[in-house]
Amino acid sequence: MNWAYFWSLFSISLHAMVPITLTAVGEVIGESAGLFNIGLEGILLLSAFTGTLGARAGGPLLGLLAGMITGLAVGLVFGLICAYWKGNQLIAGVGINLFALGFVAFGLQVLGSPGFYTVPRAVQLSPIRTRVGTFSPLIPLTLVLPFLVHAFLNRTRLGLVVKSVGENPEAADVAGIPVELTQLLSTMVGATLAGLAGAYISVSWLGSVTKEISAGRGFIALATVVFSGLRPLLALAGGLLFGFFESLATWIQSLPGVKEVVPWQFIAMIPYVATLLVVAGVIGRVRFPKALGIPYRRE
Amino acid sequence: MRRLWSGLRPLTESVVAGLIGLGVGALIMWAWGYNPWPAYRVLFRESFGNTYGLASALANATPLILTALAFSVGARAGLFIIGAEGMMYMGAMAAVAAGSLRLPPGVHPLLSLAMAALAGILWGAVPAALRAVRGVHEVISTIMFNWLSHFLAFYLVANVLVDPVRAEKTVSVAKTARLPLLVRGTDLSFGIVVAVGCALLVYIWLWHTVRGYEIRAAGANPEAARYAGVSPRATILWVFALAGAMAGLAGAVETLGRPPTYAVYSGLTNLAGFGFDGIGVAMIGRTHPLGIIPAAVFYGGLQAGARLMQMWAKVPFEMVRAVQGVIVLALALPELIRIIRRLGRIRRLRRPT
Repeated sequence: MNWAYFWSLFSISLHAMVPITLTAVGEVIGESAGLFNIGLEGILLLSAFTGTLGARAGGPLLGLLAGMITGLAVGLVFGLICAYWKGNQLIAGVGINLFALGFVAFGLQVLGSPGFYTVPRAVQLSPIRTRVGTFSPLIPLTLVLPFLVHAFLNRTRLGLVVKSVGENPEAADVAGIPVELTQLLSTMVGATLAGLAGAYISVSWLGSVTKEISAGRGFIALATVVFSGLRPLLALAGGLLFGFFESLATWIQSLPGVKEVVPWQFIAMIPYVATLLVVAGVIGRVRFPKALGIPYRRE
Repeated sequence: MRRLWSGLRPLTESVVAGLIGLGVGALIMWAWGYNPWPAYRVLFRESFGNTYGLASALANATPLILTALAFSVGARAGLFIIGAEGMMYMGAMAAVAAGSLRLPPGVHPLLSLAMAALAGILWGAVPAALRAVRGVHEVISTIMFNWLSHFLAFYLVANVLVDPVRAEKTVSVAKTARLPLLVRGTDLSFGIVVAVGCALLVYIWLWHTVRGYEIRAAGANPEAARYAGVSPRATILWVFALAGAMAGLAGAVETLGRPPTYAVYSGLTNLAGFGFDGIGVAMIGRTHPLGIIPAAVFYGGLQAGARLMQMWAKVPFEMVRAVQGVIVLALALPELIRIIRRLGRIRRLRRPT
């Protein structure tokens, strides 16, 4: 056991933290406005795929942009269905996830690579090289973003407008706030961040896209939001925590001698068990907006 | 007349949503350079146009009816249980394990089915307890359990139940445990009778017993149900148990009643997806046990046709799952028909007359 092993644990943790944190912080904005989007998993999957296409067509930045546009588009559909047409948010989310599963599997087949499509190294986002190792440029962004969202939600007028819509849409409506529009825009911003997270997975982090690339991260991000109680800074802490558990699984498997004793399948369960334990532990102590998940109808 | 309309409305909505889904599917195919018209013609001809296609549609519908029941029971109680996928894997593992024992013919399939149902129930026990005791939302807990089940099943297929001769699959279920085929030369087995029977039983349970009434009341109005003395915890436990049993049976019919191998392949390739597709089927069937049956046959037919569509029109069959996603999105709308009418009216107003 030497220093390099611990260093790799730290490095994988930081990289695994990015998609969970970006998605969770985005969902914090959406849930603050009262929309509960369980389609995040599907957005991650779709944008990992479109990010790959974008990167292959015009480089890594176009890949990230393609992912964000994908998230924005899905957010628009979800917001129209749930904010304007009062659709059932859970069902709409499941619809997004099913669509993503089918669409990405279909797309991978069309590209002639059943279940697997790589992003060539030349069009991957080039990492920041430091003396201690290489890092994705999205890591510093992800570390800063929760502070910006925190300031937005708590220190700006617009942020309070968003929260008022999630807390008490009737009162917000009476105060002249456009409830539906606020919800639509909030969920679109959240979905765009999830889109960036998805593109990050394929274009910057793993360098390929598969049918299972999202690996439950959308739902782990939802668990992170529960953990955070809709506070962006705690969402960052949660993202770091779950990123750590994910890297722990990868890391333990890389240790010499472990594979022979514990089957890899049981090590791969670590992040999911950790998520369950954390959520079961914190639940009851967190408070959510009163109108979360309930379609607002003016009476 | 109004009563007739209110009875027909869910059906109309499902048909409209189906058409929207197929329309978006056509757009996707067109966007990727396929001609949707011949693709759809092959799809429907091969799924509902001949006996073999119809038998395949029914065979595919068999597990879907059961996973859709699992979701619907939860939805009727106000619980969003999306864990049928993981429960089904465990059911399949239990069915293969029990099915490879040495037992007399009559008892063997019954015991294997029972073990699969039990495995599904047990797999749902922890999320049920977490919800009942700690209030952990079932969306998060059941998805985490799906992943745990995924890895546990991977392990069992590769290490415990593995076929010593063919490492890419589990041992095949013994002949004594297999569900008999209904139509020779097709995949359609007695499993369809099990599935439809379960749908009828769930219907009777939900609509004609006190417990079922309480569960639907808890789903429709939790506060009122609690005042009326319905225990929310008992509701959660009952619903999870029933959902687990149904999803476990789905895994069983797919192994005990699915020729030619009667086994699970490594990577779970012949199981993966039935649990999630069941959610879509439940939505198309409007979470009604009897509505689920035609919905499952419809989707099972799409799947059967899509395999042949891939052969003839070279369109990857996964397209139908994207179509299903769009159908579910459309069905999330409580006033689908009114929205479409309104959109139509806006267009008409804009058109100069």
